[in-house]
Amino acid sequence: MTPSRRDFIKTAAATVLALILPGSFNPVRAKTKAPVAGNATFSKNNIAHTLTAKRWAMAVDLTKCTADCTDCIVACHTLHNVPNFGNPKDEIKWIWQEPFSAVFPGEQHAYSGERLRKLAPPVFCNHCENPPCVRVCPTGATFQRSDGIVMMDYHRCIGCRLCMAACPYGARSMNYRNPRPFIDRINPDFPTRAKGVVEKCNFCEERIAKGLLPACVEACRQKALTFGDVEDTRSEIRLLLEKRFSLRRRAHLGTGPQIYYLL
Amino acid sequence: MLEKALKGKHGYWIWIAVLFIVITIGFSFYLRQLDYGLGVTGMSRDVSWGLYIAQFTFLVGIAASAVMLVLPYYLHDYKAFGKITVLGEFLAVAAVFMCILFVFVDLGQPSRVMNVLLHPRPTSILFWDMVVLIGYLLINIVTGWVILSCTRKEIPPPGWVKPLIYLSIPWAISIHTVTAFIYAGLPGRNFWLTAIMAPRFLASAFASGPALLIVVCLLLRRWGNFDAGEKAIQALAKIVAYALAVSIFFVLVELFTVFYSGLPEHEAPFFYLFAGLEGHKNLVPWMWASTILAFGALIPLIVPPLRRRTGWLALACVAVFVAFWIEKGLGLIIPGFIPSPLETITEYSPTGTEIAITLGVWSAGLLILTLLYQIFIAVRSELHVTGDTFDMKR
Repeated sequence: MTPSRRDFIKTAAATVLALILPGSFNPVRAKTKAPVAGNATFSKNNIAHTLTAKRWAMAVDLTKCTADCTDCIVACHTLHNVPNFGNPKDEIKWIWQEPFSAVFPGEQHAYSGERLRKLAPPVFCNHCENPPCVRVCPTGATFQRSDGIVMMDYHRCIGCRLCMAACPYGARSMNYRNPRPFIDRINPDFPTRAKGVVEKCNFCEERIAKGLLPACVEACRQKALTFGDVEDTRSEIRLLLEKRFSLRRRAHLGTGPQIYYLL
Repeated sequence: MLEKALKGKHGYWIWIAVLFIVITIGFSFYLRQLDYGLGVTGMSRDVSWGLYIAQFTFLVGIAASAVMLVLPYYLHDYKAFGKITVLGEFLAVAAVFMCILFVFVDLGQPSRVMNVLLHPRPTSILFWDMVVLIGYLLINIVTGWVILSCTRKEIPPPGWVKPLIYLSIPWAISIHTVTAFIYAGLPGRNFWLTAIMAPRFLASAFASGPALLIVVCLLLRRWGNFDAGEKAIQALAKIVAYALAVSIFFVLVELFTVFYSGLPEHEAPFFYLFAGLEGHKNLVPWMWASTILAFGALIPLIVPPLRRRTGWLALACVAVFVAFWIEKGLGLIIPGFIPSPLETITEYSPTGTEIAITLGVWSAGLLILTLLYQIFIAVRSELHVTGDTFDMKR
């Protein structure tokens, strides 16, 4: 009895290994697959009007942004089918407001003026130059495009939430439950997500592929948001950054955040 | 040899039945989690890891029990451990099995788990942790099983096992180091961002793993018809004593840097742990319990007459186990998220569902441990040569 059972186990183990190994340790196969999702829109220059850039970035003018306005948030969350669970535990948010002292810890002190205290800057994914979330993702479900946008593949994400631990900005949300029943009005032009995956701001890549500015930029009545290519010396955002003093969130962490807050 | 797990006394079967019941309950709650999502747990947007990952981290430490037996026996020819290296290896197997299960139940999309193999990312520490954990599991299954088979036939183990056993020593170090790196390399989590994380993991592992092994040996001596030998148990107790002392030292070193430097973002999680932060103090009683247990256990482990008394030793080992279950469990995971990157404090407490699933996974691990130990004891009791003198290396 014993030898035949042993042989069976050996054969079974060898078969399993033979099935698993080629897929997992063949870097060529893995490489040819990975970048497809990210580059699809940008490699095809035949799509008319696609906005392209070396590095997309956003400037938030805090002299224009007002604390009581939520236009950018509403526009983004409606467009991207962000659910509203009505509780902070399961909450999903792509763009939201925080007090200045929370956005820039240490920059506010006991003698800061009222202007600073009243600010509620919008916060969202910083589309870092050196994103920790991309570094830690075990499956490549979150990745960085050549134009700097940090993206999510909702179909590859296994929901391990290491990216949420890695993000020093708290920009990521987990679908702790099925979000679909909690979307007020589903926008058929943008995918809804399944339970168990992580999501965040995508810099409206689906809009810039069509030649449109991000929804938050378009929705802002104060014209406080400027979106553009920071690598382009003649771009509007570049001129703004040359003229005005700007802060980036936790820039000392070396992540290279691409959201610039103008003061 | 597997058939030996099918023979046991009345108590053995009752224990197996209890484990099966808890596993079934845990599994039914897991089905609920599968259906609803991870929202059934206490985890939130701010505290995105909880009880599952805490158990995973702690159990990686328990898996260290093997190396603390293998190293003295195979590298230093410390014969007293000869009888029980297999016990250590089987404990490691059960612990790593639980680790893998805990990571699995923590996944939001468990059906996609194979994506880690289909799209491997070498920059991800989680990928490497999977590699070292599965490797460690296989090494310990193979070496434990082969050595036990050879013990049964009273023949020396085949030559190829030796290199595998030597490999298991650095490999055990690697599972702790890599697991610590999951946390210690994240830029925004100040509580985890410390180079002493990996050494702390190792020290606490070498205390909690052998402590559990001592408890198991004492139980087997009393009720299990197997005596590991007083010499082996005392040697293990000394290992626990040193590792516990080093562990406490490492924590104090960390506390010095945090509080003497006075960096607020490094201080905040420690305030949360030991004093509470802005009125939030869920973990404070737990952390003080852990501290008292750790220091309390140090005394009977260091003082020789106390250490030699079975009662004191058992008490000290249970204290060490519980102390590190807290310190390297929720006490390690939760403060990484408090305060959040946006300076908010969200408390975490596990839900009933989460606790049921956790108990289910523990029971699954204990079931594997029970079956493996039953086989081990059956093989041992059939031996013609018994006692401490039997040398499995020969």
